Amino acid sequence: MLIHARGLRKTFGDFEAVRGIDVDVPRGQAFGFLGPNGAGKSSTMRMVAAVSPPTGGTLRILGMDPAEQSSAIKARIGVCPQEDTLDLELSVRDNLYVYGRYFGLPRKEVRARVDELLAFVQLGEKADAMVDDLSGGMKRRLTIARSLINRPEILLLDEPTTGLDPQARHVVWDRLFRLKAQGVTLVLTTHYMDEAEQLCDRLVVMDKGHIVAEGSPLELIRAHATREVAELRFGAGGAQAEHEAVAEQVAGLADRVEVLPDRLLLYSDDGERTLAQVHAAGLRPTTTLVRRATLEDVFLRLTGRTLVD
Amino acid sequence: MALFTAAVAGETARRAARQGSPVSAVEATRLLVWRNMLAYRRHWPIFVTGFLEPVFYLFSIGVGVGALVTGFEVGGRTVPYAEFVAPGMLAASAMNGALYDSTFNFFHKLRFGKLFDQMLATPLTTMDVARGELSWSLIRGGIYAAAFLLVMVAMDLVSSWWAVLAVPAALLIGLAFGGICMALTTFMRSWQDFEYVTLATVPMFLFSATFFPVSAFPEWLRWVVECTPLYRGVVLIRELCTGTVGWGSAASVVYLVVLGLVGLVVVRRRLDRLLLA
Ligand SMILES: Nc1ncnc2c1ncn2[C@@H]1O[C@H](COP(=O)(O)OP(=O)(O)OP(=O)(O)O)[C@@H](O)[C@H]1O
Ligand SMILES: [Mg+2]
Repeated sequence: MLIHARGLRKTFGDFEAVRGIDVDVPRGQAFGFLGPNGAGKSSTMRMVAAVSPPTGGTLRILGMDPAEQSSAIKARIGVCPQEDTLDLELSVRDNLYVYGRYFGLPRKEVRARVDELLAFVQLGEKADAMVDDLSGGMKRRLTIARSLINRPEILLLDEPTTGLDPQARHVVWDRLFRLKAQGVTLVLTTHYMDEAEQLCDRLVVMDKGHIVAEGSPLELIRAHATREVAELRFGAGGAQAEHEAVAEQVAGLADRVEVLPDRLLLYSDDGERTLAQVHAAGLRPTTTLVRRATLEDVFLRLTGRTLVD
Repeated sequence: MALFTAAVAGETARRAARQGSPVSAVEATRLLVWRNMLAYRRHWPIFVTGFLEPVFYLFSIGVGVGALVTGFEVGGRTVPYAEFVAPGMLAASAMNGALYDSTFNFFHKLRFGKLFDQMLATPLTTMDVARGELSWSLIRGGIYAAAFLLVMVAMDLVSSWWAVLAVPAALLIGLAFGGICMALTTFMRSWQDFEYVTLATVPMFLFSATFFPVSAFPEWLRWVVECTPLYRGVVLIRELCTGTVGWGSAASVVYLVVLGLVGLVVVRRRLDRLLLA
């Protein structure tokens, strides 16, 4: 196990951000943390990155205790924090170069890697620009490139694609796939279920400092959602109260009914049939949609919230 | 005793944390100094103007006012006024040099730039950060002082070979001010708090035997002034520039070194608290 945690806890004053979680990440796996804001994802990532001492429990990274060998651990992991920590006083190229030198890597070696990584994240043309002049998405890509300068065995990515445009996200996903293919162990947090579904072999859902579910994306959907979902909308931005009333009427038609501010979700194994029953019951939704259940539904079920608030 | 044991345990844990780091303490310090040099490549005018301030004082007060004043006695010898003021300005230039990067710039790196968060994601430790930043501060102070010494030599204001040691002495001033100011800066919450720094350094600059001897003060005030780091630095450098070195000079050296090291340890601990929470 590259990452091994048992009963891992983190408190800030009397606030418990992480309340005893067990995590095991074997070499080569892509592991994801999902969870609403404040669930404790970043707090966990920081402990794994050896920049935040655990309050309780055991934690081993690459077989080492972060309290005792933080520098040795950091030398072998790559970190892309939730908030960019780029060196605003240096150029794009120097950001990578100087960072690489912090790892004690030889000059020539770092120089070669810098060019390679700039091409990898498609920032070659911006090499001599100042970081301040980059767009948000470019900064993010630079941060990801930077986290790879030491050829890490474990790559920690805290919301790697938040704030990226769809195109840039696909670039990042593609790069992460390639790293995965090269055997790099990925640990990431995300609010995007498509990202989690595509990238993660295994994921955990965190809520209020606890792990509330874990498994592969498919396992999670099987365990916590039905096969299909029928979505109903009533009127333009129908009032929540009205939705609640409708929910009572359709309660018997589906395995489970979820009321969102803008729509109703009816969980069942045959969405079309459920929809037909809704119509048979005399209800007239303005728009309907039948789709397969996704991680979003699992997430909603487990945390009572949508992924992107 | 318990406190001592705890302190020792803390230090041992810290040493252990560096175990297996691919970067030695010396190399880490060099890297941070180099990083700051790179950052200043684009801002060299700021670097130069910082040096000019004490030079202007030397010309306006030392030379200008000096034409109206006879001079003061230093170590039993009367020195011309400009020669009296110059060592004071040399010490002040070292203080200035150290001040810039240990107050505003350090605050910015710590609270806004997230520069140290970045460094701590690598094998660098909080001690590396504290030591590296302090080294840069004192080097900047040293560069200002060395340049100032050249101005003094050119103006024939140096009367002893001891003056060569004024540069290492200036490094000690940089060490003391850098250490103390960085330590205080870690406690600051907003830019307004830096008014306190100005409130402390301006009187020091004016009254630390820079422009006139402390014998002008009443006894109690004299004691206060003699305890300030700038005073110790000014006196030390004046003793070197005029060739009147004695045991008092050694005491000043020890005093400045201790201040710097205490500052360094405080900074390291505060960085642990603030950044490795
Ligand atoms: N340094 C800190 N001091 C005090 N409280 C903190 C600190 N860091 C995090 N917290 C608290 O711990 C909780 C978990 O925060 P964390 O950043 O781990 O959440 P998260 O799952 O990453 O959320 P998000 O999706 O918004 O990034 C939050 O309630 C936060 O306020
Ligand atoms: Mg977070």
